[in-house]
Amino acid sequence: MTSALPVIDATVPRLPSLEIDGPLAAAWLEEFLRDELVVRRGIHNAVVGLSGGVDSAVTAFLCARALGPEHTYAIRMPYRSSSPDSLADAQRVIDALGCRATTIDISPAVDGYLQYEPEADARRRGNIMARTRMIVLFDQSQKLGALPIGTGNKTERLMGYFTWHADDSPPLNPLGDLFKTQVWTLARYLGVPREIVDKAPSADLEANQTDEGDMGITYAKADGILSLILLGYDDARIAARGFSLEEVALVRKRVDGTHWKRHLPTTAMLSNTAINEFYLRPVDY
Amino acid sequence: MKLAILQTKPRKGDVSSNFAQLGAAFAQLAAEERPYDAIVLPEAALTGYFLEGAVYESSFEASVLAQRVADLWHAAPGSGRGPVDIVLGFYENAAGTYYNSALYLSVGPASHEIVHVHRKMFLPTYGVFDEERFLSRGRRLQAFDTRFGRAAILICEDAWHALLPTIAAIKGAQLLFVPSASPGRGLSRAGRLESVEHWRELLRSYAVEHGIYIVYAGLAGFEGGKGMTGSSMLVAPSGEIVAAAPALGAHVIRAELDFGEVELARAGLPLLGDLNAVLPDLLFDEELVDRVTSRSAQPSL
Repeated sequence: MTSALPVIDATVPRLPSLEIDGPLAAAWLEEFLRDELVVRRGIHNAVVGLSGGVDSAVTAFLCARALGPEHTYAIRMPYRSSSPDSLADAQRVIDALGCRATTIDISPAVDGYLQYEPEADARRRGNIMARTRMIVLFDQSQKLGALPIGTGNKTERLMGYFTWHADDSPPLNPLGDLFKTQVWTLARYLGVPREIVDKAPSADLEANQTDEGDMGITYAKADGILSLILLGYDDARIAARGFSLEEVALVRKRVDGTHWKRHLPTTAMLSNTAINEFYLRPVDY
Repeated sequence: MKLAILQTKPRKGDVSSNFAQLGAAFAQLAAEERPYDAIVLPEAALTGYFLEGAVYESSFEASVLAQRVADLWHAAPGSGRGPVDIVLGFYENAAGTYYNSALYLSVGPASHEIVHVHRKMFLPTYGVFDEERFLSRGRRLQAFDTRFGRAAILICEDAWHALLPTIAAIKGAQLLFVPSASPGRGLSRAGRLESVEHWRELLRSYAVEHGIYIVYAGLAGFEGGKGMTGSSMLVAPSGEIVAAAPALGAHVIRAELDFGEVELARAGLPLLGDLNAVLPDLLFDEELVDRVTSRSAQPSL
């Protein structure tokens, strides 16, 4: 009697891998920072707004590796309602790197404006804090002969989960093409303190706020769905890879509603020489 | 044949400083005890790759560039000991039509000759690439004779279509030059970008199938966040990568080429001879001719 032939099932449908190699990613991003700062602009110093979260921690680690801790300026910018844990976690990064550090309380600046707008809701207050922090980072950079380095990741950029012309305004951004789950992988490789890698991500603009609570979905799920949306998959095909149609719809709505946030302002075109429409020169030309 | 692959890292928009860098590299190479026979540079080696509308002001007439490069070589101490051949990728201004080109220049002690200019045929215009918005397509793939053997040039995406190395080999090329500018992507594999890994797999398979040397010269440096992946390499006719530069930074690969290796590889694995025998049946297949010359050329599902 012959036995049945063994059958090997292909594993489809699959999710694209979001695995990244930590050493390769770190080396690539360090060279990016050195090339853009030192080689292209002749600037040797970087300013990073250190929030206590994983994105700014990874950015500070990369800057310290690329430029040296003595050329990396970590700026903590608490508001009076910010969590003390955030300040403490930011200190862990400063201690781990031995980089330069300053703390600038943004409460007087923010409250100075808000005294005229006492009824501003949480969203407006959050935006004012984010934009105030950018004023500080750009001014500190001017003072220190440095460039501010952005910390936004690909997930929050795609979800529109940031303040326009605030978090996204620094001229260089090493993490903007890494999903949040990939930033965590890089953080573990770089040796970012575990307390920071393991805690629930939060914008810390309101008490007990978490990113995943705000977005209505976990980063793990959001990253899987986003990676498939970017590849052009329709909702049914994405759902077939382990997500509910509601989750897919939530993510797609956020992406489709925020394309404008990933662009410069819309300019009325009136000529054959409109800038960035006809007159096309690369950013590094 | 003593060969140098010069992996350049130009400064965008600063052609004079890039020529100065090339002059310094020539001086380094010309100072070696045994002279080089050939020097191979990447695509857009003196300007950077992503130029958008600036491609027009960063382009050269082939003869003007050839003169300038020859002058630079002649200025290098020690360069007068013998001829050197130089392969160089550049944006070409041909009387107001612009191409992504590479020239093969033979420089003698007091003169020079353009042996061949290849104009890139496959202009990537998708995703991050926008070449055909600014450039015209080359229309011919030619093999040409050099002092060392028969050669052909393919520029970057030209070499992503297996048909082109195949045609070059059928036309007699024993040596394929691939100047390239490849923005890196894909971090999932340990130690090497996925896009670099893809290049290595492609070039190794072409080298083995046709028993051909492949000289890949990759541009290096970040261009507006896009890191060009260098990774210049020499692939032997056996398919072995016998020299490889890192992805980051400017480098020189120094190598010896022995064209006897081409004959040995083809004798051991005569796939190119087999292809020549079967090719007429493939080329003059009525269905193929009909598909490539009619509207039915669109792939059907």
